[in-house]
Amino acid sequence: MLDISTTAALAMLALAAVLAFVRLLRGPTLPDRVVAIDLIGVLIVCVNVVAAATTGQQAFLDVAIVIALISFVGTVAYARYIEREDPS
Amino acid sequence: MTEWIARSFVLAGATLALLAGVGVLRMPDVFTRMQASTKASTLGLGCLLAALAIRYPETSFVVRAVAIGAFMMLTTSVAAHVIARAAARSGAPLWKGTLLDERPVDELTPPSGGSR
Repeated sequence: MLDISTTAALAMLALAAVLAFVRLLRGPTLPDRVVAIDLIGVLIVCVNVVAAATTGQQAFLDVAIVIALISFVGTVAYARYIEREDPS
Repeated sequence: MTEWIARSFVLAGATLALLAGVGVLRMPDVFTRMQASTKASTLGLGCLLAALAIRYPETSFVVRAVAIGAFMMLTTSVAAHVIARAAARSGAPLWKGTLLDERPVDELTPPSGGSR
């Protein structure tokens, strides 16, 4: 059902998400973790676009738009939190 | 023919996203990690959206693909700038091979009052 290019693309996106999770666990500072979370959000949008291109369902694209919006707002909120944090 | 173009765009976009993941894991610094993640993932998403628009050349798909692409190109750069400013003000360490830091000297120490 899935052709080989779609399978390979989904495997590569999953591997990229695993690498971003490793950075999320290991990241020495808080901005490293925020960058990893931002990348994971973009990767989720990528998986949704691949799913829409495979199945032809438009609902995946609407989901991708909403996830992109929420990821951006979350990243800006984390950045404000880091900036206001009292430097010790 | 268009199916093969779409498949190659899908593979190119997934490869760029994988490069973004590798860059986030392997780069030595907050700022270099952030630029690897931002640029590569934006270009990878653009390739995936191009594959979608080539495979389904209908109005509803193309409009949504262009909307997602424009929105991500706007917001990813803004988010990267905001994280970079926060990281620089909170005193994130630079890579030891950094050659140039153009911030003035009084900005190098993080602000103590927390006025912002």
